[in-house]
Amino acid sequence: MNKAIAVFTKESFLVPVIAIILGLLVGAIAMLAGGFNPILAYTALVEKVFGSAYNFGETIRQITPLIFTGLAVAFAFRTGLFNIGAEGQFIVGMVAATTVGVAFELPAFIHAPLAILAGAIAGGLWGSVAGYLKAKRGVNEVITSIMMNWIALYLANWVMNSFFVPKGQQRSEMVHDSAIITITWLSQMFDNARLHWGTLIAVLAAIFFYVIMWKTRTGYELRAVGLNPHASEYAGMNVNRNVIKAMFISGLFAGIGGAAEILGVFHYQAILTAQPGYGFDGIAVALIGGNTPIGVILGAILFGILSFGAAGIKFTAGVPVELIRVVIASVIFFVAAHGIVKVFVKPILKKKEGGN
Amino acid sequence: MKKVLSVLSVATLSLSLLLAGCGSKTEAPQGQTGNAGGTEGAAPAPAATARVGMVTDVGGVNDNSFNQSAWEGLQKLRTDLNLPEGNVNFLQSTSDADYVPNLTQFVKDGWDLTWGIGFLMGDHLKKVADENPNSKLAIIDAEVDAPNVESVLFKEHEGSFLAGVVAAKMSKTKKVGFVGGVEIPVIKRFELGFEAGVKAADPSVEVIKIYTGFFDKPDEGKSAASQIYGQGADIIFHAAGGTGDGVFNEGKNRKSKGEDVWVIGVDKDQSLTFGDDITLTSMVKRVDEAVHRVSKDVIDGKFEGGKIVWLGLAEDGVGLADTSTKNVPADVLKLVDEYKEKIVKGEIKVPAE
Repeated sequence: MNKAIAVFTKESFLVPVIAIILGLLVGAIAMLAGGFNPILAYTALVEKVFGSAYNFGETIRQITPLIFTGLAVAFAFRTGLFNIGAEGQFIVGMVAATTVGVAFELPAFIHAPLAILAGAIAGGLWGSVAGYLKAKRGVNEVITSIMMNWIALYLANWVMNSFFVPKGQQRSEMVHDSAIITITWLSQMFDNARLHWGTLIAVLAAIFFYVIMWKTRTGYELRAVGLNPHASEYAGMNVNRNVIKAMFISGLFAGIGGAAEILGVFHYQAILTAQPGYGFDGIAVALIGGNTPIGVILGAILFGILSFGAAGIKFTAGVPVELIRVVIASVIFFVAAHGIVKVFVKPILKKKEGGN
Repeated sequence: MKKVLSVLSVATLSLSLLLAGCGSKTEAPQGQTGNAGGTEGAAPAPAATARVGMVTDVGGVNDNSFNQSAWEGLQKLRTDLNLPEGNVNFLQSTSDADYVPNLTQFVKDGWDLTWGIGFLMGDHLKKVADENPNSKLAIIDAEVDAPNVESVLFKEHEGSFLAGVVAAKMSKTKKVGFVGGVEIPVIKRFELGFEAGVKAADPSVEVIKIYTGFFDKPDEGKSAASQIYGQGADIIFHAAGGTGDGVFNEGKNRKSKGEDVWVIGVDKDQSLTFGDDITLTSMVKRVDEAVHRVSKDVIDGKFEGGKIVWLGLAEDGVGLADTSTKNVPADVLKLVDEYKEKIVKGEIKVPAE
């Protein structure tokens, strides 16, 4: 019993929970200011996400890519790199998966894995370009990776337009059935919600993240380089190689995310009229999750619920989309700003110490 | 620290009390309209319970363009038929992945008609229509082949032809520009119609064309406009949704520096948004009319699923804004009317692809 209480009063648990509550409170004030009923709005959000099998399935669909991009950002962060390029790595992952899915005809057991692998490697290579420039030329990875996002976006549209888009269309041909990773029976159980194997792969990727980061020598080196590159170099580690490696693995995650989105959700690639946004949301997810794999999954779930449930708030409570973004942003703000929340947590922690 | 906290908490509390007051105030009229709808059920409006929803594309409902126009059509429908406030609604899409769940939300909730606004929604609307064969859907700007979908398309090329005539006649530099959003069949119709109009009115006028690739990026529109004005054009016609806001912005900047430049608006009468000093005229696409008409048909039980409707100059689906008289001289407008008549009669065939 005492143990259970100890878990729930632990700072690592309390801080995010209180942050979410504070965020929702500020959001409620914003909605009140706009003349809307926040209780109705939050009920609508919960109802939207958990109210029907279809919407619950679609929420899972929304969460999946966020896990991938969240892992990508978190992995780089652990090694002292700020990968803002998850967006671009996600996009090249989409392109590679579409290419393999449309251009090749293979049996299913090899086609889908190959398409995902192609997406992973494309994302990894795209990320390692920023890593290479950082390692060899000292170019800040924030700048290169953000620029690589735009290169990826326009490159993707060019590749699609030149090779895969039929005339008068705005999307590529369908990928072959053998490359599709939609789980048809589960999808039918969820009223045609677009569920796919990518979700399982995302969880496996989180485990892979944990194992490689904390259970292997590679991970030890990566973390050491992240904590102090000079000391690592002095200890005989190859810092440059580790930077490239970190960006490659980081890109792998985002690339698989892009591939899963194509093979599981859309089954074709549309000409992108805007950045898909998952890469940027991934930064928030990684921050919420404290850059740990389990934290990223939880962060993605929170973020996915908020952004998917937003439509429910609009639909039922009539709150304008702009105001809903304020609510979401205030939750993220408080989760990311640990310092502010700790002020609120302190009395609880003190009480606990007094009690013991 | 403690003092600050207590002050803050008191402030928040009082603020929330104040705001709670506002909140309940705005709720009251909502209830009233609900009652009004109920009591006036016997009045002329035949189906006071009809519900019509729409899903915007990524441009959003305040895009100063066709999403907004569609929403205005639905609001007009609501006032015309005296429907309760909640009976028309829209959902905004923030990415491609949102289209299907947003459309499904209306369909599963049993709304009488669900609109998809925009070409980009075609495949997604088809999926939802196939999965829910008993629902009724309609789409603007795309052909969807399903028995429960009515597709409404516009002959943008015909309206744009007239805009081209105005541009050619009014250009002093003999160069005009076109800024497109994404290069899709709809926008291609704008471009080709505009160019045909320019060349018909004055073959010596040059047309500079740029596709930005976005419908929701004013900054891209601004830089495209800057490029075109920079090459010596003095009139730009845009067909780029929210991206076009940037075209107006650039035009206004240059105008305030004394350059004699104009912008031709699109979809709605954009002089109402951006002002007469910069808006030469607008190629109005009556999305609102179409949304209003088809929705009303559905309420009256005259839904034509599987049908593809084309609206052109003859049907008043497209045309120049009424406010054109402010900036366009009468002789040019007369010429426009002549061309319009020829197109309606079929004497001029405007290229569409």
